[in-house]
Amino acid sequence: MRNTFRPLTLYAALFMIFLYGPVLMIPLFSFNDSLFATFPLKGFTLKHYGTMAANTGMLAALQNSILVAVCSSLIATAIGLMAAIALTRNKLPGNSIILAAFSLPLIVPSIVFGVAILIIMLKFLGIPLSLWTVGAAHVFICIPFSMTVLMSRLEGFDKSLEEASRDLGESAWMTFYRVTLPLALPGVISSLLLCFITSFDEFVLAFFLAGTDPTLPVYLFGQLRFPNKLPGMLALGTSILMLSTILVLLAEFFRKRGVQTNIPGDA
Amino acid sequence: MMRHTEKSAWMAGYTLLTPAFLVMAVMMVAPLLALLALSFWTQNGFEIDRTPTLANYWTIIEPSDEPFFWMGIPFPFKYPPPAVLMLKSIVVSLVATVLVILLAYPMAYFLAFRIKRNKTLWLVLLTIPFWTSYLLRVFSWKIVLGYNGAINSALKSMGLIDQPLEFLLYNPAAVAITLAHAWIAFTVLPIYVSLEKIDPSLLEAATDLGDTKWRRFLRVTLPLSAPGTIGAAMLVFIPTVGDYVTPMLVGGPGGTMIGNLIQELFLRQNNAPLGAAVAIMMMLVIGALVAFFFWAIGFRKLRSRVS
Repeated sequence: MRNTFRPLTLYAALFMIFLYGPVLMIPLFSFNDSLFATFPLKGFTLKHYGTMAANTGMLAALQNSILVAVCSSLIATAIGLMAAIALTRNKLPGNSIILAAFSLPLIVPSIVFGVAILIIMLKFLGIPLSLWTVGAAHVFICIPFSMTVLMSRLEGFDKSLEEASRDLGESAWMTFYRVTLPLALPGVISSLLLCFITSFDEFVLAFFLAGTDPTLPVYLFGQLRFPNKLPGMLALGTSILMLSTILVLLAEFFRKRGVQTNIPGDA
Repeated sequence: MMRHTEKSAWMAGYTLLTPAFLVMAVMMVAPLLALLALSFWTQNGFEIDRTPTLANYWTIIEPSDEPFFWMGIPFPFKYPPPAVLMLKSIVVSLVATVLVILLAYPMAYFLAFRIKRNKTLWLVLLTIPFWTSYLLRVFSWKIVLGYNGAINSALKSMGLIDQPLEFLLYNPAAVAITLAHAWIAFTVLPIYVSLEKIDPSLLEAATDLGDTKWRRFLRVTLPLSAPGTIGAAMLVFIPTVGDYVTPMLVGGPGGTMIGNLIQELFLRQNNAPLGAAVAIMMMLVIGALVAFFFWAIGFRKLRSRVS
């Protein structure tokens, strides 16, 4: 039985090649000693990374992206945590409608939000485009991710722990601080990381809302027009892919961690 | 201590939801209303004329006696781009969606029924592309399919071709393949979840009652996983109709879609009101198509069988 040929296993392998193959061309050619992304490979080099690191425009964009991603992931996670507690702890009337409404940012084509937020900022509110407008848009698209991660975390542990805390006379705030937050902490970290990646990699909304200060994806997109910039952009793309992968792995690690070891004073 | 009444629990719940509601109101509801309002105004040079009018919508559907032909299909409109690009976007997205489902379903099946060990590893491997940069995933196809790209240079260095194949990049097929690749990570996991939920005893019952493997799949597994699969298909189809990044990078002049028109109207041609009307029209068309699809397949009945 074990040695029989399994077509589905072969398919799964091919699927993984399809999924990862094209993207892995970016790191492959970023180490290739050539100005073009072509076979045959010419030899190993790190000089494209040097070109990238010396690029001041890139560094400014990187700084912008980190700033926006840190702020929007913190705000989105805080808001997402409150919403997740509300939706898991109380059977609110209209629960499913609320959840559906919050998932809209993931379904409606991003260009619609891109232009809609653009015009409300510029033509209705008179707010000039800046990293703030990008950040606000990123908080908006990160909330559904944050809520999903945190809701599954909060559903995963026993509600009676919180009830016990309340029955023993803790206030609502202290119950949150001493019971809910420590239990939800791995989910909170996971949410922070995933929101950070979402914001850091987000292109469509940033493209419409960034004004004169580009975020990293917007900067990268602008450079793709110039063929002579390709090697540096391959190095930049590789760095971005590596950062995202590391953060996803960390987020997955925290999301899957057991509940029991995380209660302070449990012993 | 007093027990909380249900009502005060609701109050506390809604209070906690307030910040999230506020963000949704400011970043989603208000902008969409603004977009709707703008679509009834007109661009007058650099000024916006705020007299409510249906002029933009009329521009989109205004008939003309001399139809514009695209792929042999007549479009009897004075300003055909919205109609032509809308149809093209729907076709390209539909192709991409079908491709995604056909490719993702067997993978999800494999994950749900064949993987016994290292399941977490597989799940993580399928999750990583979901979170990595959409822009880079699309861009990678430009490297793969380009005139001086990976496929062409590889074939050339192997001596299989003399001239680079030009048909690889800059056409609707390249857009559909790239879209399928960029969105496939979003579908394997939802389909997997719907397969995982199937009660094994139902499968055993089918076998015990004499169904072959294939018949069992068609009569039990497929129908029970249909709602999850259809949901996953919607998650691909709806956002990709409006995608403009992929057409811009790999579509070329012949591969443009409705999202590119909206972006052009807003950023280049300085006709935001018409752009707003095209965006609203796009959402209405997608909404109508999705509603019609759900009605046609009897989605409610399909779902009620599962739960």
